[in-house]
Amino acid sequence: MARNVTTTRKATVTVVAWTIGIAIFFPILWTILTSFKTEAEAIASPPSFLIFDWTLENYATVQERSNYFRHFMNSVIISGGSTVLGLIIAIPAAWSMAFVPTKNTKNVLMWMLSTKMLPPVGVLIPIYLIFRDMGLLDTRTGLVIVLTLINLPIIIWMLYTYFREIPGEILEAARMDGATLRSEIIYVLTPMAVPGIASTLLLNIILAWNEAFWTLNLTAAKAAPLTAFIASYSSPEGLFYAKLSAASTMAIAPILIMGWFSQKQLVRGLTFGAVK
Amino acid sequence: MATQHSRSAAKLMISPAVLLLLGWMIIPLSLTLYFSFLRYNLLMPGTEEWTGFTNYRYFLTDPAFFAALWNTLLLVGGVLLITIVGGTLLALLLDQPFWGQGIVRVLVIAPFFVMPTVSALVWKNMFMNPVSGLFAYAAKAVGLQPFDFLAQAPLMSIILIVSWQWLPFATLILLTALQSLDSEQLEASEMDGANYPNRFVFIVLPHLARAITVVILIQTIFLLSIFAEILVTTNGGPGTASTNLTFLVYAQSLLQFDVGGGSAGGVVAIILANIVAIFLMRMIGKNLDA
Repeated sequence: MARNVTTTRKATVTVVAWTIGIAIFFPILWTILTSFKTEAEAIASPPSFLIFDWTLENYATVQERSNYFRHFMNSVIISGGSTVLGLIIAIPAAWSMAFVPTKNTKNVLMWMLSTKMLPPVGVLIPIYLIFRDMGLLDTRTGLVIVLTLINLPIIIWMLYTYFREIPGEILEAARMDGATLRSEIIYVLTPMAVPGIASTLLLNIILAWNEAFWTLNLTAAKAAPLTAFIASYSSPEGLFYAKLSAASTMAIAPILIMGWFSQKQLVRGLTFGAVK
Repeated sequence: MATQHSRSAAKLMISPAVLLLLGWMIIPLSLTLYFSFLRYNLLMPGTEEWTGFTNYRYFLTDPAFFAALWNTLLLVGGVLLITIVGGTLLALLLDQPFWGQGIVRVLVIAPFFVMPTVSALVWKNMFMNPVSGLFAYAAKAVGLQPFDFLAQAPLMSIILIVSWQWLPFATLILLTALQSLDSEQLEASEMDGANYPNRFVFIVLPHLARAITVVILIQTIFLLSIFAEILVTTNGGPGTASTNLTFLVYAQSLLQFDVGGGSAGGVVAIILANIVAIFLMRMIGKNLDA
């Protein structure tokens, strides 16, 4: 009897959870489906769900008309570049704070976090004017610099919470066994640090890829990443649903996949270690 | 000796990060503060002059400021309410055993990874459009008049779009917190005869309190700066109906070229964000000691 009750209960929960899950995912699913329709089918009433002539023509049109690939590469370069640059600056900093803490370490960390609380609009004007005068407006270099700086606190924090979990005793043990500093770094520290660095990298690429304040305000046509390119569909062009959907699907697909891999790290990274 | 050596090495390793962040904070901040006391319009270069608090007086007495402040509060408050209540319910549901847990989790989290301009445009065109959107079709199918979401209820529509983006974040964090709940405690209370509402109020909710606070604070930081969603859906309008503080400062400085006025607005935005930040920092700081 008891077993029966739990199975019924489990079945009910399954139905409810799947219904809600699909409802939440539906706008994404609908976008993906629409990207394979013709424009006429995309606005057809009643809307066709799965039975329509699947076509790839929208993807070709989007590329032809607006050189989609260039904006995609801008996104790759800007998010990848700012993440790698951020890691190069952050790894030594997080490392030294985790392994050689001083009485100031906590204050330094908190201060770094406080820079992240600065609303971007509060510094928009000076950055815009400085960029204008230095010729950095609408350049990938300019965006890499800004995104590195705005995400640096998150990178340092994430790395710090990971590094702090590496037990210092292991290093001492390796040293006692006669490991040199070089072999200590290669054989002991690196294998333990790599997972943390990898998750930080992943989360930061996601954040940089989707950043939509600075990318919209500091680019025009040349250096525009996908966030800004898609925004150009807010004009009546957005009424071409199939093309909007194709451009959107290509813009979100890589990040969706990365995101699913990093869901565990997401909580930790975005709450600065406050919820694990 | 060795520690002395490693101490100075440590300092050397931190300094690039510290110097960069220091520069990022101090240079633009002091410029914003300086500009906010100038009469400075990009269309009239060379006429900059010191005007004291004039920009602040204009900005703080502008009806658009009050509209924007109110809209900012509604936007932040509305999204928080929807995502916290929805996120808690969803987390409780997903914490139950059921078939396909992993897949449903992946589906629920997905909206968080969609870039703001994509989600805003997809909602605006394919769902909320009064002629060819899915909602209009659904309304007609049951015999109702289609509702023009972004024209008739612009702020509410933006709240819905932003809530869809942030619901996964709240759900994921609350679910993580739920999973660390001690099941023995729940079982003990069940044996003592506590019913579900009682168990929820006296055991589950207190356990979630900390995670809920973290969600509120972090979302508030991001929600105060909502920009792209407004830009691509309503452009702040009609009138100022969906203009928040961030968008108002953007419009004033980059659309009307009023650097002085925009900077004063920027300083006001910084002060408001700081009030939230102080609470958040306290929470995270406490965790650092533990």
